Amino acid sequence: MAVAKKEQELIVSVSPHIRSEESTSRIMWTVTLSLLPAFAMAVYYFGPRAVYVTALCIVGSLFSEWLVQRMAGKEITIKDGSAFLTGVLLGLNMPSSVPFYIPLVASFVAVAITKQLFGGLGYNIFNPALIGRAFALITWPRAMTTWFTPTAAFMGMDATTTATPLGIMKEEGVQKLLEVFGDKMTLYTKLLIGYRAGSLGETSVIALLIGAAFLLYKRYISWHIPVSFLATVGVLTWIFGGKEGLFTGDPIVHLLSGGLMLGAWFMATDYVTCPSVKKGQIIFGIGCGFLTALIRLKAGYPEGVMFAILLMNCFTPLIDRNLKSRVFGARKEAGK
Amino acid sequence: MALLTFKGGVHPPDHKELSAGSPIKELEPPEQAVIPLSQHIGAPCSPAVEIGQEVRKGQLIGEPGGFVSAAVHASVSGKVVAMKDILNPMGRMVRSVVVQNDKKEEWAPLQDNPDYMKLSPDELKEKIKNAGIVGMGGATFPTHVKLSPPKEKPIDVVIINGAECEPYLTADHRLMVESPGEVLEGLKILMKVLGVNKGYVGIENNKPDAIEKMREAASSEPHIEIVALEVKYPQGAEKMLIKAITDREVPAGGLPMDVGVVVQNVGTAFAVYEACRYGKPLIERVVTVTGHGIANPSNFRARIGTPIRELIDAAGGFTQDAVKVVLGGPMMGFAVSDLEIPVTKGTSGVLVLSKSEYAPAEKFGPCIRCGRCIDACPMGLMPSMLSILSEKGFYEDTKEYNIFDCFECGTCTYVCPAKRPIVQLIRLAKMLVKR
Repeated sequence: MAVAKKEQELIVSVSPHIRSEESTSRIMWTVTLSLLPAFAMAVYYFGPRAVYVTALCIVGSLFSEWLVQRMAGKEITIKDGSAFLTGVLLGLNMPSSVPFYIPLVASFVAVAITKQLFGGLGYNIFNPALIGRAFALITWPRAMTTWFTPTAAFMGMDATTTATPLGIMKEEGVQKLLEVFGDKMTLYTKLLIGYRAGSLGETSVIALLIGAAFLLYKRYISWHIPVSFLATVGVLTWIFGGKEGLFTGDPIVHLLSGGLMLGAWFMATDYVTCPSVKKGQIIFGIGCGFLTALIRLKAGYPEGVMFAILLMNCFTPLIDRNLKSRVFGARKEAGK
Repeated sequence: MALLTFKGGVHPPDHKELSAGSPIKELEPPEQAVIPLSQHIGAPCSPAVEIGQEVRKGQLIGEPGGFVSAAVHASVSGKVVAMKDILNPMGRMVRSVVVQNDKKEEWAPLQDNPDYMKLSPDELKEKIKNAGIVGMGGATFPTHVKLSPPKEKPIDVVIINGAECEPYLTADHRLMVESPGEVLEGLKILMKVLGVNKGYVGIENNKPDAIEKMREAASSEPHIEIVALEVKYPQGAEKMLIKAITDREVPAGGLPMDVGVVVQNVGTAFAVYEACRYGKPLIERVVTVTGHGIANPSNFRARIGTPIRELIDAAGGFTQDAVKVVLGGPMMGFAVSDLEIPVTKGTSGVLVLSKSEYAPAEKFGPCIRCGRCIDACPMGLMPSMLSILSEKGFYEDTKEYNIFDCFECGTCTYVCPAKRPIVQLIRLAKMLVKR
């Protein structure tokens, strides 16, 4: 059943003539999907407020993207999943108790200012969700650090405010933390499953690791940043984290607390704002880990993941410029 | 044994199954052969015949225009009826000789050499040169030039490139399965010309039958090794092939001879054998006609100068949803709209892509710096940066990112999730940057 074909019907374009199935929006939606376990745990622990806060962030992000693109006369790209993902990440970085305007303003800062005004997708210097959160934390310090205990019940029912494990450790020491949680194993277990105060999506380490494993399996992220990040935090908090001298810190508590897992696997690995070459990624991860440990152990805030990643974002272009990939057949540089 | 390979690369669906099982069929010689006088890299030939002249099959019709050039011969017997400029796949006009086929199939006198292995290296090289042989993998660099390395570059390894890493194509595959002995003899001739006693045939592991046949044929050849390579594009790129087989790295900006290696394609090795054994010039080659836009994907032995329309017709013609005709493979081949374009020495395939398999030139997005192109680039470049710099017009800055090490394999463009025309932007920058 040969078909006569007019030559004019043939398409002519330059090679390559085939492309992989991968696309920007598929990546964005897949990463969003990988956050589903963490989101489910947030809903389980913090109830409908988890849905409410996250939804506000998503709506705020999509609206901000639409608004700026419309004002700038650019193509509207809210369907590519990028702004949606920023909204989800921002939501998971919020305490459950925030009033409605904080997610909205924070998502505007994230998407409109940090992303779109810097040139849109691919051109932002900083991780948008983290700038949104940093802005909210500095603007509304109390609201952003008022934590409800997880209740696994409906909003308002026997919800009491408490400090995060890192907050307790900072103010009153690791001994107090053990008193609150019981013994060491209970503490570790609760941190692992996420039964503790904290931002919506950061608490359940298990849920985050499931998502991260999925992304690693799909090769959407590589181990370089998260592992170097976590290892650095572990080593530094073990050496310097104890009150009784060097090497008396508890790295496990540090690794399982705060926003470290969420930050290391899902925020520091943001393509746009991290280095693209593997060896640069390791430097980036170590830098994030160093700054996180520094802030946690020596600065005023109990948690430092957010500022650590944002500070390292600044270095990304410099790292990429100085640690280029090795060119095939490159001669060994003499005396340099 | 572990499969050999290089760092980087991609795994596009290879679709070799369409034509891999189809034995090479002799294609009916064309009514009119349109034979370009430039089918190689280097100086074009000057015509050695005049309009109205009778020519025989294998007769010289294009005199090499210099050392880096390759003779062109009549692929049919008959009468020269025209000299005209035709469009080549790269979009340039080339002077071509049109021979009206008299169907007599009369050969020009050929020199038979049953004892070809007794000839001296220089005599063998002369035969290869006179046969107009070029790199038949698609690069079309004159073979005798590759066989004339300067004295300060000693060669100790010859590799026959049987990787055929371009998806779809099966011409080299079939040649190795059907004529393993001839390919091997070609390699032995090349080794003799270069005074080398180590030869390899590198074959991607998706051609187990070819590996087996070649191993059988080489079982009594102590100096020749058949190596299985990982299936990965661009495994057949010279530098990647050399790295995989010998672990030598051709220096940036250098040539295989800088690490003592000469690489020749399977089809070239076959042509070398025919030239030295029978004195036969390069007037035909194996062409895969394939793709989901072709009714009966096939492998043909086609005369140089056969319009590709005749190959497409012989393979059952287009299917309903054929949309694109590519000369060569899908990663580096050239799309054409003119089906009168003839088969030349470098035409390894006529690939007809269907609507569902070709990548439309869609809108592309900004680079999201995912690094996929960096991980995949076989040359270790940063295609993402090159594309951004080129897009913004910072052509000079692309040199800092080693733009001239790019050999345009298209791997970066294949993997890019933002569908950016990376290799196209790189080509643009290469043209505009001051070297």
